[in-house]
Amino acid sequence: MSASLQKGINALKEVIDAPVASFFASCVHCGLCAEACLFFTETDDPKYTPIHKLEPLRRVYSQEYTLLGRLGKMLGLSKPVTDDELENWSELVYDSCTMCGRCSLVCPVGNDIVYMVRKLREGMAVSGHAPDGIRSAAKRTIEIGSPMGVKWPAVQHVIKDQETATGLTIPIDQPGVDIMVLLSSMEVMNYPEYLGALAKIFHKAGISWTLSSEAFEATNAGIQIGASDLAREIVSRIVVAAEKLGVKKVLSPECGHAYMAIRWEGPNLMGRPFKFEVVHVLELLDELRRAGKLKMKDKFTMPVTLHDPCQIVRRGGVLDAPEPLLQQVVTDYRPVADRNIWNWCCGGGGGASAIHEPDAEALRFKVFQIKKRQIEDAGVTTMVTFCANCRIVMEEAIDHYGMNTQLLGLTELLAEHLED
Amino acid sequence: MSEMIFLAWVRGMGLNIAIGIFLLGTIWRLIEIYTLGRKQDVAAPRHRSGASGWHTMFRRSLPIPGIMQRSPVSYIGGYIFHIGLAIVVFLFAPHIKLIQSLVGLSWPGLPSQLIDAATVVTLAAMLVMLFDRINKPVKRFLSTFEDYFTWALTFLPVLTGYMAVKHLALPYATMLAIHILSVELLLIVLPFSKLFHAITVFGSRWYNGDINGRRGVPV
Amino acid sequence: MADHDTLAQRLIQQGISRRAFLKFCTAMASLMALPPGSAQAIAAALAQAKRPSVIWLSFQECTGCTESLTRSHSPTVESLIFDMISLDYHHTLQAASGFAAEKARDDAMKEFYGKYLLLVDGSIPTKDGGIYSTIAGMTNLDMLKDAAKGAAAIISVGTCAAFGGIPKANPNPTGAVAVSDIIKDKPIVNISGCPPIPAVITGVLAHYLTFGALPELDNLNRPKVFYGETIHDRCYRRPFYDQGKFAKTFDDEGARNGWCLFELGCKGPTTHNACATTKWNGGAGFPIEAGHGCLGCSEPDFWDAGSFYTALSMPATPLTFATGAAAVGVAAGVGVSLANSAKKRAAKAAHQPVTLNDLE
Repeated sequence: MSASLQKGINALKEVIDAPVASFFASCVHCGLCAEACLFFTETDDPKYTPIHKLEPLRRVYSQEYTLLGRLGKMLGLSKPVTDDELENWSELVYDSCTMCGRCSLVCPVGNDIVYMVRKLREGMAVSGHAPDGIRSAAKRTIEIGSPMGVKWPAVQHVIKDQETATGLTIPIDQPGVDIMVLLSSMEVMNYPEYLGALAKIFHKAGISWTLSSEAFEATNAGIQIGASDLAREIVSRIVVAAEKLGVKKVLSPECGHAYMAIRWEGPNLMGRPFKFEVVHVLELLDELRRAGKLKMKDKFTMPVTLHDPCQIVRRGGVLDAPEPLLQQVVTDYRPVADRNIWNWCCGGGGGASAIHEPDAEALRFKVFQIKKRQIEDAGVTTMVTFCANCRIVMEEAIDHYGMNTQLLGLTELLAEHLED
Repeated sequence: MSEMIFLAWVRGMGLNIAIGIFLLGTIWRLIEIYTLGRKQDVAAPRHRSGASGWHTMFRRSLPIPGIMQRSPVSYIGGYIFHIGLAIVVFLFAPHIKLIQSLVGLSWPGLPSQLIDAATVVTLAAMLVMLFDRINKPVKRFLSTFEDYFTWALTFLPVLTGYMAVKHLALPYATMLAIHILSVELLLIVLPFSKLFHAITVFGSRWYNGDINGRRGVPV
Repeated sequence: MADHDTLAQRLIQQGISRRAFLKFCTAMASLMALPPGSAQAIAAALAQAKRPSVIWLSFQECTGCTESLTRSHSPTVESLIFDMISLDYHHTLQAASGFAAEKARDDAMKEFYGKYLLLVDGSIPTKDGGIYSTIAGMTNLDMLKDAAKGAAAIISVGTCAAFGGIPKANPNPTGAVAVSDIIKDKPIVNISGCPPIPAVITGVLAHYLTFGALPELDNLNRPKVFYGETIHDRCYRRPFYDQGKFAKTFDDEGARNGWCLFELGCKGPTTHNACATTKWNGGAGFPIEAGHGCLGCSEPDFWDAGSFYTALSMPATPLTFATGAAAVGVAAGVGVSLANSAKKRAAKAAHQPVTLNDLE
């Protein structure tokens, strides 16, 4: 038990940079960031205002890195960041922030608020103020290899099932192939059909691929909790395995934060570019679609709408692939009003879905109302998405509200209607 | 002190001090902020036309649908007040003359009746924004003394300038001197307060656009 | 010596027709924006007025105010005024000189004690006991205090008397001050201007003679009727100001087109006087009309209030702090920047690799 306030403050000092300074200098307290955050819009509680969630970081920045702030600190005129304050801030930085990034898109002075939330979590984590649920997930990831405690034998079980279901072989630890596939534990446990879908699609397209028994887990609880050292350890397992196998590409699955972890944070955690390319499964599928290698035998005819997972679309940059793929396999696509990078978060990202305190769960259900309205306004009973965490979070909420909406995964949907 | 001497002081030593502190503060703060630097991003960037720091620097001035409906006063009031202030500050002949004496640049101004109209609209917008800051829960929650103080520091120059031109309240030379003094106060406080956003907004938007642009997201 | 004839009798003696007299009264009434019918009232009052004694003291002055008042091309209303008052003492104008002149003053002050009007032009030096201007061995300072005792009212003619004027300009070697800086217990009217417009002087006198009281005064004790508006607000070139058409040099196209002289330093906006309406030389014109900006000569400290050729919206003195301040800003910025780098490095050095234990 060696978390300490001092470690927390030191961590913040390490991560504060020019963008952080520029952002704090620019904030004019206009409150528009709150209007973009579902935790405010669905609760009307001003404490969820995104920039307010950063208050401890702002004061550390001011007191450590500005001349006037340092003077104020020396003269005892400034309010120090305390352990109690950080404890109070835990709800604001984790429970009510999924790092969805919508706030960063609307700030008139250009503040990238989610960028700063990620940095604040570094201080929260090592001062012991991350929620228990995310802490346990991080522990399980480090010690076992998966945030849900999934071990290789469980994966093997799923592999066997899917081989039976598809009649195809699923390669393991094959060197020199095109693609090394990563999975999220959520998929392994709740949506195993995803693996079978991939097998089908790759077989049809003639792509060589493999799973790695040393590194199958895509998610990174280290990033969600905000401990870069742990995040580095987790992501390095993938990098080491992929580079050892000498694969050309590593495929990031239908999991939001996994994509952020491996595609964008990974190289910076390792301190160097990868020797392989990272591609999101939808990017690969879209490439196949454009090359004519993804033909559908029939289509899904019920009206559907699309949920764009925050970490893949708005924060990850996979903007163009999802809709054409969807339109390839459905006949009646009804987009939501706030689509693509403007979509609203499912409420469970950033580790939030791992927090099982009753208050946190109640809050997630409350903020789901915006998704509920989106689904109702689109007039559909089917929503398609491409993040396993979004799926499980929304399925629970749909259940809670007694809606009769079904949630489908895009890759599975494509595979289901794929030409034989 | 006669009003002409007061006026000569604010036009002379007062301006000297204020511009001095403004320059000193601005340069110091710019260096203080931007030399913190940032780590190089070694992830392979995704190029997308229209997604870059420069794009965001300008594009972020456009209204965002949905957000404007939720907070129209902030948006519309913000536009009116900033544009109105820019018109009054930069297109009024005596102001242009002052800028010319400081930096050598000049341009045609607007007729003073239009400036009068812009001034009144700006004052009204600022008052509306003040009420909104007090009444809207989020803004009230976020606001500190600094928000109200800087509002007053920005409001007073516009108000006193109008009063001077219209010969309201005090004799003209005194009103003019108070107007110039209020501008000097604004200049002195600017680099050390949220008013500095006037300069850092460009850097912040650029960083935001760059960070997201590298991932291929146009913000 | 003030005689005991009424003004009407004097005017008849002078051969001034009643018609000319009435024309004068009408002019005065309209000049002072008095209600209709006032012309008659003025005429009636003046006709019966016993010419009051007026003592004119000239102190540290250039005589411009007297010149302004007496400059006439033809018999003018100003000269009429001189016939309406008994100017018992005025060194420039009076026939007597030396001890006789001083005796005339003393006698007038005694005979009309409490009733005479004291007109003063020129500032009053106070440094070194006021030695810098003396008349007949008496300092201006003493002469003023002495004469003020029996005055019904004091009229400070010209900016020097009203506000200190040019002698008061930096560094004010004689310690020049205004009349109102010395005399605190008498009604004072400031007819400022360098010099004032003749009709303004006579208008105030006519008002006093008619109503027995001084006209309404502004916050600097100047008659509002003449000093209530600024030159800028009555200037015929104002439309050009409003449209942003300025002459940039004294002989460019703008100047030849009669455009606004703001950029050439005109102080019209801060100057209260009647030049733009009443004008000079019998209405012939005023400085702006002649192509030169207003100097602001009817305002206090106009000589020290910045260059005549620097526009009001420009800095009055050079901005000498700018480069130095920028240099200090760079130093401060670099200083804190170096301190920040050191702190960053120290934080990185103090970093211990995070383990699961560190999360609780």
